[in-house]
Amino acid sequence: MITINVDMDKCQHYGQCCFEAEDVFQLDDDGKLKYTKEVGDDRLADIESAADVCPMQAISFEQS
Amino acid sequence: MTSGQVVVVGAGLGGLRAAESLRGAGYDGHIVIVGDEPHHPYNRPPLSKEALSGGVSVEELEFRRKSSVDDVEWRLGSPVVSSDLTAQTVTLADGSVIPFDGLVVASGIRPRALPIPGPAKGRYFLRTAQDAARVREHLVPGARVVIMGAGFIGCEVAATAVGLGATVHVVALDEEPMVRPLGRELGAGMRRRHEAKGVVFHLGRTITEFLGEDHVTGARLDDGTVLDADVVIEAVGSVANTEWLDGNGLDLSDGLLVDEGMRVTDAPCPVVAVGDLARHPNALFPGPARRIEHWNMPTETGRRAGATLAALLSGQEPAAAPFSAMPSFWSDQYKHKVQSFGMPGIAHRISLVDGDVDGPCIVEYLDDTGLVGVVGIDRTSDLAPYRARLQQRLAT
Repeated sequence: MITINVDMDKCQHYGQCCFEAEDVFQLDDDGKLKYTKEVGDDRLADIESAADVCPMQAISFEQS
Repeated sequence: MTSGQVVVVGAGLGGLRAAESLRGAGYDGHIVIVGDEPHHPYNRPPLSKEALSGGVSVEELEFRRKSSVDDVEWRLGSPVVSSDLTAQTVTLADGSVIPFDGLVVASGIRPRALPIPGPAKGRYFLRTAQDAARVREHLVPGARVVIMGAGFIGCEVAATAVGLGATVHVVALDEEPMVRPLGRELGAGMRRRHEAKGVVFHLGRTITEFLGEDHVTGARLDDGTVLDADVVIEAVGSVANTEWLDGNGLDLSDGLLVDEGMRVTDAPCPVVAVGDLARHPNALFPGPARRIEHWNMPTETGRRAGATLAALLSGQEPAAAPFSAMPSFWSDQYKHKVQSFGMPGIAHRISLVDGDVDGPCIVEYLDDTGLVGVVGIDRTSDLAPYRARLQQRLAT
């Protein structure tokens, strides 16, 4: 299991993460980031990529 | 599977991503990352924004590093001064010589310095965390700030300085701020947003002289105008840090030329280049190889370069797939978010498709082949379909 946390004080809602894992991260109609907080271990590469491409470096995650 | 040593010259985002990618591709030799700054790789965009308005330390800006690079040897605060690609060594400023089997060129860019007469004190660039800390001390209420250059960094600093209560003048030869990436119409729209906040633009103008005895007190423009200044920020483009590669017969005419795998093909040993200085082809935007100084490119080129170098060092052919990363940039100015996909700077014409340039809007950038870029202002959540259309250029 991977637990995802987005620091919403840092997040500027640019949505770069959405292009790496669109089923996990989405921008809603108001342009605000929504995301799934827990995903399976098979998504590690996608979540790493999403964290890498965040301009604000707001995405962290833990594997448990 | 392999051993030996890779030297990464440059401890920024591109160097870090290349090292992670080397490990991801199975390279298990020693990796040395050499950086001229005393810090681990950190995120630079906040330096003109929240880190400039205060309260962000360089430690907070450091990139998360994957555990696969825990065993990397960091040589920080150690500028590289020269290299010998035949002997396969780099030489540091302290005289030490480091041998390598493979080399990653990730030394990036530095701000361009124009030869303008006058005192040096009170004039700053904005590239490093140290630069930001020094500039920040000057940005107090009532400070008179002169910014040279109206690109993204100049405009972001202008917005930050205004937010801190400073008086801001921007001097630039361009006809509108950010005109090369955004075009005239959208640049004018951004100019009016800045002017509404009190920024004064001097466009089509250059600074011919800085005034003051020891410390800058003003700037004289080419039309004779004199601007009072407590601090000057110089943000007029960049220069690739490639001098340490001189004498190796490489094409260093504009950064470092690489192939689609980020390999420096005219080097006599395995060398790859990443980030702002890598002049690379892009299958999404055929034409000459280009350097793209966008934040996402060090990650894109670093991933590819690491895989290429790992293949070369294990005696395999690197993947021949085209390189097709989507350039993307974004900028925060006041409450406004400017975001782009593609290469609006190469367009022949632009088309406002939604909104108007003084409010939330979407602008398409086109050339003979069709859509080459899109820019949205305060429309971040609506750009995905345009990005998808740009991605489809590959298929056509």
